[in-house]
Amino acid sequence: MNWEIIGIWLGAVLTLMLYSFLYRDNPFYKFAEHLFVGMSAGYWVIYNIFNVLKPNFWDELTGAGDGSPDYFMIIPGIFGMFMLARLVPKIAGLSRMALAMIVGTGAGLSLVSTLQTNCLSQIEGTIMPLSGVGTMGFIDNLIVVVGVVCGLVYFFFSKPHEGLTGKAAGVGITILMVAFGASFGYTVMARISLLIGQAQFLLFDWLPTMGIHL
Amino acid sequence: MRLFLPLVITFICGIVMILHFFIPHRPISTIGDGLTDWYMIVASAAIFLGAANLVQVHVHRINTKARNWKYSPVVLIGFIAMMATGLLWGVEETLPFDYMFQTMIVPMGATMFSLLAFFVASAAFRAFRASNWRATLLLASAFIVMLGRVPIGGMIWKQIPIISEWMMQVPNMAGQRAVMIGAALGVVATSLRMIFGIERSYLGGAD
Amino acid sequence: MRKLLEMLDRVDRRVIYLLMALSVFIPLALRLSYPIPVGQGPSQDLFKAIDSLPSGSVVLVSYDYDPSTMPELQPMAVALTQHMFTRGHRIIAMALWPQGASLSQEAMSAVGDSLGKAQYDDWVNLGYTVGAGVSIVRMGSSIRAVFPQDRDGFPYDSIPLLTRVQSLRDIDLVISLSAGDPGIHAWVMMAGDRFGLPVGGGCTAVSAPEFYTYLGTGQLLGLLGGLKGAADYETMVREGRGNTPAGLATPGMAAQSISHLVIMAFIVIGNISYLAVHKRRKGAPK
Repeated sequence: MNWEIIGIWLGAVLTLMLYSFLYRDNPFYKFAEHLFVGMSAGYWVIYNIFNVLKPNFWDELTGAGDGSPDYFMIIPGIFGMFMLARLVPKIAGLSRMALAMIVGTGAGLSLVSTLQTNCLSQIEGTIMPLSGVGTMGFIDNLIVVVGVVCGLVYFFFSKPHEGLTGKAAGVGITILMVAFGASFGYTVMARISLLIGQAQFLLFDWLPTMGIHL
Repeated sequence: MRLFLPLVITFICGIVMILHFFIPHRPISTIGDGLTDWYMIVASAAIFLGAANLVQVHVHRINTKARNWKYSPVVLIGFIAMMATGLLWGVEETLPFDYMFQTMIVPMGATMFSLLAFFVASAAFRAFRASNWRATLLLASAFIVMLGRVPIGGMIWKQIPIISEWMMQVPNMAGQRAVMIGAALGVVATSLRMIFGIERSYLGGAD
Repeated sequence: MRKLLEMLDRVDRRVIYLLMALSVFIPLALRLSYPIPVGQGPSQDLFKAIDSLPSGSVVLVSYDYDPSTMPELQPMAVALTQHMFTRGHRIIAMALWPQGASLSQEAMSAVGDSLGKAQYDDWVNLGYTVGAGVSIVRMGSSIRAVFPQDRDGFPYDSIPLLTRVQSLRDIDLVISLSAGDPGIHAWVMMAGDRFGLPVGGGCTAVSAPEFYTYLGTGQLLGLLGGLKGAADYETMVREGRGNTPAGLATPGMAAQSISHLVIMAFIVIGNISYLAVHKRRKGAPK
């Protein structure tokens, strides 16, 4: 039995089942969609067991990794159990403890990191010279500085967008439109790239198994 | 009391992570490292929660014969098949778990998202209207980028890829940066509200 | 003419789908190919950054994507791996997305085998870690704490490549192949800005525009954006290497070109028919 060819056929049949949705919603599509959900969940759980839970929790707790058990690992173990308590309505409130730990750690981390990377560094990057950079450099830097400032004015809703604020917000939305246009162009590109990938699979992997070589 | 302990935990964890950033020395670094180790375990429990919830929902759908319940066994079979092959043979290459991933999950995942190409095409035809000058500007910007990022753009006019790259590096960057700074300020404010217990909505939903 | 425009306004969505499919399948089936000129830009910046590293450098590649974006990102992974191996660099692969752990193994073992590179000496796949930014911060003090063993269960301390790699500070370059969050954002924030590591990236075309902000500030030293970025990189890797196969992204660029033209035609026709029909309805007596 050639497992490679069986694998290609499995993939091709499932691909065509999913594409059948383009005609209309149908049982073949629903079957593949549900199978995908179930298999993906199974994959996540297995990788979580082998790549996280066993090495980072169980081996540490029992000392299977480096020989010295770390009994403090009981604490995240208990918090993990609290998370699963959400499945049992009577004790679901315990899951708040686990959620609090996740949210608190995440909030503390993102507060400083986001401020540093996405705010302060960006402001620093916007402080650009307008002289000594040539005509094109002047125009480019001016667009960036004005674009960022006016874009931020557009997002500032504490003051009505009238007068000078309104004009600045108008410039801001214009710059944002160019950026959104670029994003749209890239989005189109991304979606088509995904289709190209599957088309290549069907044309150059699946068809040759039937003796059709393009 | 119901919320007191979770709020204290949020506060302590948040403050530890902030101190860990500014004081990367003992004892703060040891506490911070310990907290990150614990975080990974608790976060992985969330994945188990998601999977258990999926199973619970579909078993319930089968029991109550809810709408489209006939597909729920497919979810459960897919889930059990991956679990069984993973637990029995492991995740190494060429073994059943990896084979099923490569031959079934990969094409299904790729196809699911490639469907969006068709929906984008349909939306482009029906919804993308140059209704005012700013929408026209958005449209023009999209056209330049779409042409500039493929070989045919340069074949039509050599300057198109250059203009496209300039658009990405200057006006696009300015717009994206404004969005990024605005969003960052929002994240900072929300994080502060969570750490100090002003924002509590994430603790709702479980009594 | 007006009837035609009205007909277009009411055209069935499946006709649009069919045209879209044809615009992709026909150029691929005909094996249309256009030359891919690589100009100055973020793709070349990443290529130069990798090229300028001394041989034997350790590069950490994070596979932060899953099969849904594989057609865009897997060609990048393959081309980057080819380039790094031919330059003599050693690669540590990992994933912030679970399914990235399998996709990285596929890319690394295929390219590694073809270039005679040995697992554990020249490359290693640490697998998946949960926690995204939190895990990266922990890797800043100890990679072993996050990955006590590799994807296949080999202990960290028994892997030759990792004997001198204790934390992120022992890594020469980080590359995140990112389909969203967690991905490049997390690596720039934690590895780049917090630990001072040079960070490069490859991303889906959808997220490429937002990363130009990081390119502008130098927080990201190079970027491959979508299939075009992958094709650029393949072209640069192939330059001066004779009969090297075209890679995975380059053959798709002709189909990408044609389908972009078709989408643009859809937008133009859609607008014309809308305007014609809309104007007529506006002018009609109430």
